[in-house]
Amino acid sequence: MKPRTADKIATGVIVTFSSIIVAVLLGLLGFILFRGLSHISWSFLTSVPQTIRAGGGIGPQLFNSLFLLVLTLIITIPLGLGAGIYMAEYAKPGKITSSIRLVVEVLSSFPSIVVGLFGLLLIVNTFGFGFSLFSGALVLTIFNLPLMVRVTEQAFRGVPKEQKEAGLALGLSKWKIIVSILLPVAIPNLVTGTVLAAGRVFGEAAALLFTAGMSTPRLDFTNWNPLSPTSPINPFRPAETLAVHIWKINSEGLAPDAMAIAAGASAVLVILVLIFNLTARWLGRVLYQAFTASKVIK
Amino acid sequence: MMQTTFRTENLSVFYGKYEAVKGIDMNFPEQSVTALIGPSGCGKSTFLRSLNRMNDDIAGSRITGKIWIDGEDINAPGTDVIELRQKIGMVWQRPNPFYKSIYDNIAFGPKYHGIKDRRKLDEIVESSLRKAALWDEVKDRLKQSALSLSGGQQQRLCIARALSVNPRILLLDEPASALDPVSTAKVEELIIDLKKELSIVIVTHNMQQAARISDYTAYFYLGSVVEHDKTDIIFTNPTNTNTQEYISGRFG
Repeated sequence: MKPRTADKIATGVIVTFSSIIVAVLLGLLGFILFRGLSHISWSFLTSVPQTIRAGGGIGPQLFNSLFLLVLTLIITIPLGLGAGIYMAEYAKPGKITSSIRLVVEVLSSFPSIVVGLFGLLLIVNTFGFGFSLFSGALVLTIFNLPLMVRVTEQAFRGVPKEQKEAGLALGLSKWKIIVSILLPVAIPNLVTGTVLAAGRVFGEAAALLFTAGMSTPRLDFTNWNPLSPTSPINPFRPAETLAVHIWKINSEGLAPDAMAIAAGASAVLVILVLIFNLTARWLGRVLYQAFTASKVIK
Repeated sequence: MMQTTFRTENLSVFYGKYEAVKGIDMNFPEQSVTALIGPSGCGKSTFLRSLNRMNDDIAGSRITGKIWIDGEDINAPGTDVIELRQKIGMVWQRPNPFYKSIYDNIAFGPKYHGIKDRRKLDEIVESSLRKAALWDEVKDRLKQSALSLSGGQQQRLCIARALSVNPRILLLDEPASALDPVSTAKVEELIIDLKKELSIVIVTHNMQQAARISDYTAYFYLGSVVEHDKTDIIFTNPTNTNTQEYISGRFG
């Protein structure tokens, strides 16, 4: 076969494969939006769900998903950044470092149902946090840490080592170099990692069944005391997220419009992920530009 | 007689068991340029990097012997390496400006070392850039990214950055080998200009460059200094045949 022909065939195969992936994604997205969009309205987004009657909304679940995202990121980002920076900049190559890396990788392949049960036994029962947003956030952190650590490590390793040397030669401390020279350059990759972690938070259901719970107390959105059981911002209350809600009404929903609600909620979830994704990337770009005085990423 | 502020005494650098630099005694007189030449892998860059302890971070590297600056051994246990590196600037083969604006590249070091006054920082930025012969080219675009500069400009920016913390010594590791001839000429002019204020040690593979800009030349081979003398002596009348063969381009 002529090299030119081989090249054409290879190109064709690759293009076909990518087209299949894009087609599947677009098809799925289109399907979800097509089925769900018509059901989305302001009252659907803000009102509480109904058990038997039609016309229920997803207000509390929507809020729960967003609040759980915030809580999870508050725990995940510092831990992931810290461990990732340690792996990239402090850990000496050797047995301990590679065993840490192995543990992190194994952690990422745990089935979510197992991690959920683990959370139920340890966090919910033994530690007594009960079915709560906090328990859910901890379990999601277990999922997200491997990703966050790995992304952080790679983001920092990806900065040319000449940058670090230049800092050292100027008499900067290691910490100063990490914070002021490496971190700004690593930001776009860290944002990507955070976006992926966030996707997991929005989408996870199995592990949250056992930790954040399947119910939401009657929330009083005028009550902002974080310790009150009816306050929306109390992290120690049970909280059904959007993904869990979709699963629940699909499998045991009694309301006559359960299917429509599930479709609407799915569409909302997809749009939510999309919005978060775009916002995070925009923010990452703004930060990168501010720190590096540049106009373009990479 | 010139006052000697900077010298090494029986300095060896090991990577694990391998002795990359073997017991070197060398003086770096003030206000002069010392060129380190020799074939690749002869230990000259390792030697240079040990002078501001850049090898500290390399796992398995070890140093014996002494490096004296103003009568102090820089590897002595109590030495503050951060303070030490302010005295010794360094510039590499590939320009490595920070991913920051031109202004911030220069102001970063002084700011970190305690200068907060905006006007003073402005002065440092201007004087450093002037010393590096870059001011006129960038004075209207100080807020732009340093990466928007050309390679030669970036290298001069790196020199300006090194000068911003007022070093006494400047270490240059093949500073012009990645540059075009015009930029190279500018960097060479700059080096000759700068030696009025500091001692300069430069590693170079370019014999003409060593001959043009240095006052002293040391020829490295297999981790040892074969010959170290005034540059015109090394280039016109070397005592060692190995040196002569290298500088005349017969090997290396």
